[in-house]
Amino acid sequence: MSVTVNHTPSPALPPPSRVMAGGPLGWVRANLLNGPINAAVTLLLAYLVVRYAISFIDWAFIHAIWEVPNDRFGRPDTALCRDNKGIGACWAVIGEKHRFILFGTYPYEEHWRPAIVCVLFIALYIVSAMRRFWRKELVLVWVATLTIIGILMWGGVFGLSYVPQERWGGLPITLILATFGLAFAFPLAILVALGRRSRLPAIKALCVLYVELIRGVPLISLLFMASVMFPLFLPEGMNIDKLLRAQVAIILFAGAYLAEVVRAGLQALPKGQYEAADALGLSYWQKTGFIILPQALRLVIPPLVNTFIGFFKDTSLVLIIGIFDLLTAAKTSIIEPQWQGFAVEVYVTVGLIYFIFCFAMSKYSAGLEAELNRHRVR
Amino acid sequence: MSQTTSDPRYGLKPPKRPMRISWSDERFRGIVWQVVVVAIVAAIFWWLWSNTVRNLEVRRIASGWGFLGREAGLPIAESVIPYDPTNTYLRALTVGVLNTLKVAIIGVVLATVLGTVLGVLRLSKNWLVSRFVGAYVEVVRDLPLLLQLLFWYAVLQGLPGPRQAVNPATGVFLSNRGLKLPWFEWLDAHSWALLACVIGIVLTLIWRKKALARQMADGQPRRVWPVALLLCIGAPLAVWAAQGAPFSPDIPYLRGFNFQGGLTVSPEFFALLVGLTLYTAGFICEIVRAGILAVHQGQWEAAGALGLPRGRIMRLVVLPQALRVIIPPMTSQFLNLTKNSSLAVAIGYQDIVSIANTTLNQTGQAIEGIAAIMLVYLTISLSISLFMNWYNTRIALVER
Amino acid sequence: MDTTKRRFSVRRLLAGVMGAGLIAAATPALAQAPAAGTNLIETIRNRGQLICGVSTGLAGFSAPDSQGRWTGFDVDYCRAVAVAIFGTDQNRVRFVATTAQARFTALQSGEVDMLARNTTWTLSRDTSLGLDFPATSFYDGQGFMVKRSLGVTSARQLDGATVCVQPGTTTEQNLTDWARANRVTIRPVVIERQEDNTAAYNAGRCDAYTTDASGLAAVRSTLQNPNDHIILPEIISKEPLGPLVRHGDQRFADLVRWTHFALIAAEELNLTSANVEAAATGDQRPEVARMLGRSGDLGQMLGVDNRWVVNLIKVMGNYGEVFNRNLTPLGLQRGPNALWTTAGGLQYAPPFR
Repeated sequence: MSVTVNHTPSPALPPPSRVMAGGPLGWVRANLLNGPINAAVTLLLAYLVVRYAISFIDWAFIHAIWEVPNDRFGRPDTALCRDNKGIGACWAVIGEKHRFILFGTYPYEEHWRPAIVCVLFIALYIVSAMRRFWRKELVLVWVATLTIIGILMWGGVFGLSYVPQERWGGLPITLILATFGLAFAFPLAILVALGRRSRLPAIKALCVLYVELIRGVPLISLLFMASVMFPLFLPEGMNIDKLLRAQVAIILFAGAYLAEVVRAGLQALPKGQYEAADALGLSYWQKTGFIILPQALRLVIPPLVNTFIGFFKDTSLVLIIGIFDLLTAAKTSIIEPQWQGFAVEVYVTVGLIYFIFCFAMSKYSAGLEAELNRHRVR
Repeated sequence: MSQTTSDPRYGLKPPKRPMRISWSDERFRGIVWQVVVVAIVAAIFWWLWSNTVRNLEVRRIASGWGFLGREAGLPIAESVIPYDPTNTYLRALTVGVLNTLKVAIIGVVLATVLGTVLGVLRLSKNWLVSRFVGAYVEVVRDLPLLLQLLFWYAVLQGLPGPRQAVNPATGVFLSNRGLKLPWFEWLDAHSWALLACVIGIVLTLIWRKKALARQMADGQPRRVWPVALLLCIGAPLAVWAAQGAPFSPDIPYLRGFNFQGGLTVSPEFFALLVGLTLYTAGFICEIVRAGILAVHQGQWEAAGALGLPRGRIMRLVVLPQALRVIIPPMTSQFLNLTKNSSLAVAIGYQDIVSIANTTLNQTGQAIEGIAAIMLVYLTISLSISLFMNWYNTRIALVER
Repeated sequence: MDTTKRRFSVRRLLAGVMGAGLIAAATPALAQAPAAGTNLIETIRNRGQLICGVSTGLAGFSAPDSQGRWTGFDVDYCRAVAVAIFGTDQNRVRFVATTAQARFTALQSGEVDMLARNTTWTLSRDTSLGLDFPATSFYDGQGFMVKRSLGVTSARQLDGATVCVQPGTTTEQNLTDWARANRVTIRPVVIERQEDNTAAYNAGRCDAYTTDASGLAAVRSTLQNPNDHIILPEIISKEPLGPLVRHGDQRFADLVRWTHFALIAAEELNLTSANVEAAATGDQRPEVARMLGRSGDLGQMLGVDNRWVVNLIKVMGNYGEVFNRNLTPLGLQRGPNALWTTAGGLQYAPPFR
């Protein structure tokens, strides 16, 4: 086969047209209506989107009932809402139950405490998300904040009344399970990831066994184990609170998944980094602590955030073992006879809370990934 | 071993020397530390085990697998194999495993198809379509699956009752009792035909391999599809016809409280399937999109320059390369879907978790019940991993 | 050489830190449950709180209200035992929500002192779990509820019907036993949580819903049009529900048992939360005098204050008041739970003597 190569330079082409060339109309023509099939698809989709959006707005706002009067016993009378079912939403259920959904069975007069806890958690997330705070001191900030959160939730000091864990509930439980899960699982994961890359066969085997066993079974089975099997493991007379048992299960679960994320980071580092550190005569720990981990962990922050989103959602599974997290509290709030049957309103509200948290984190992770990649590509 | 250095000593291993029983010997320390770690782990497990044994004794909880042979007495709503409450716990648990497998297999297939389609649409030039798919992915990925399942179950329960069922075609009914489809009575002849079909598929695969080998030898492409058609469809049909071609349709009809006959898709199964499929498809969509984007634009251009049409570029050039990027994360999505099917317990689909849970409630034997759940999932997970690893090595780039 | 030496010491260090961290985290939540043989009443008094396991949510029996306060019939039994131990304070109870699955483990392991969680007394539970049923607080039986529009008047007409049932309970086994005995084919829909079952029945997923008759009445009262639903006359099982305690501490079991009897006896003797204070000084009936601690030392025999019944009735009211407060709003009748002495029911207190 012969290949002919044309050496005459071809005339320069005009630069590609900008997206917005031709104004908004041109953009519409280029992106929505290019070709008959595309135009048909666009129109159909637009029609469906608009139609369902209108009926949703109708249900959620125009025909919605925002509050209900009390009956003669001073209890809310929901007859108005029941007649309106299928036509409009009954947001009165949220008005009545929002504090239960958010804080569960926490003592009513003390609700300001879990409220501050939620704000602290959010502040902690925001501070940790900012790159300029990625310093060693951040660990101290975490320790301090988690301690304050513990004091606020438990009380018993500084004139705060003591509140046992059984009474905690709602959003703080979700945040606690996810955050403490991450905080404890992360060091565990680093150890396991290092262990899995160790040259010592017994240690490597233990780490592999742990990771593969945990990743091979669903979280529910671990939670069941925490709920009904942990009490059998402990000597007679000693028992651990249900919430803590679930927390341990989540830490073990998160540890195995995070270990794989960290391991990916360790593997992604060029071998030269290891060899250079060895050449400097650094000990294993100096090498790992000063050279390998800082680089490897930086690489895995975006997948780490994604894994965290997963845990945040997965904490909702504690519903099945009867811990009052956000979703359980929401489901329990509609047990009272007069409020039965308003599940959709409650699910929509709770879904919105989950969505806000997860969406913010996933956008952040995507932005961070782009930023880190730009840095690397350069 | 670097090939760039010319020093011949570089490739040599340091000479072996006998291990000294001394703390300054690296290998000796390694062994000591491993023994210590293993001993600590073993001690912890022994402690837990001895506590458990003592607790079981003190609380008079039975142990062992003896209960498997006892009568279960628990009702199961849907089952792949015949089941009655008078059957044993073993059979009840088997039904649970099969129900898990059923939803997992169908879910994996549907999620893969839907996810791939969405992944391609996500890259569509139509702004509205790609944004719509993007919004969909964002919503399903940012809401807990449990919440989604509860939502879908609530939606399906909102369908009309059996007497007002939606009846889009003869024998097809959609109501809050589920989806009813026409089916036919399964007879021995059908089993034989199915067997013939399986044998046909195996023979076809062998034929294809031979045909490829001969094509390698003489360069002549051979058609596989006529043989495939003959073996996979013709032979089973012949077997069926040889037995008199029995066929008795089973069309659902309303009698008493419920529909009788036909094929039932229960709302619990349907809600679980829809929830799992839509959720996992959101993740698969992103994987497929990333996979396609990972194939260099130059591959499209080069294939186009060879004169290949767009469809064949996708099939012969881009997809095989994208698959290498797609397969590993896809495997973990399949595993996730299977494990997530355990959420069935929240919406009343009786999978292995639900049945093992009831079993441990009735017998009080928590350890055996949870061990059964874990064993089943570990087996399924390992099987999927092994299969996908095998597939992955098959399509991996062979570097020469 | 140096590399590996450091490596292992660091690993050990980290393992130590991890272990210490986990233990430190666990310490505040570690509770020393009473070992067998010690006096549980004394332990509860020292702790300052009774820990009581209740269900995660069952209208009328135990459910948190909008302010997160636990209310219900079972909850009141927990409060009653707390009042018996501590005197007037009914809030010295910690409620632990337990699932049907974890309830026995929670009590066995000492996580809770007692369980008041609509649990049916059966022989196998009494003998094989290491637990005791001190009293029957509520006599129940399993029934069926159907939509009136189905035209069904007897459970035997349910052949081929879809029935919603909760798994892992006696309910489920009763259903299969009954169906077998009566040659009725049932299509079960097995849903874990009580409120999900109710929702499924209400949405028409099932033709019938089966659970304890009290539960059916409670559910029926909350449906949009209670008159569209009927509870079928057949009661297919006996469901004596009551509190549970650990086997081995008979003093606590006695206290729980006699707290129940005190509630019953108070109703038999017409003592209510309104008049018990006056009766403690003014009522001349000898049994009242003994029960309310004016004569004798019945309270001390149980290991509590002699005026325990006065406190108990003043705070909680008698059995009838507890019933009316929690279960009457759901449309439940006293039925078998009426007093034997006045209405021929099953509730009956042995003599306070």
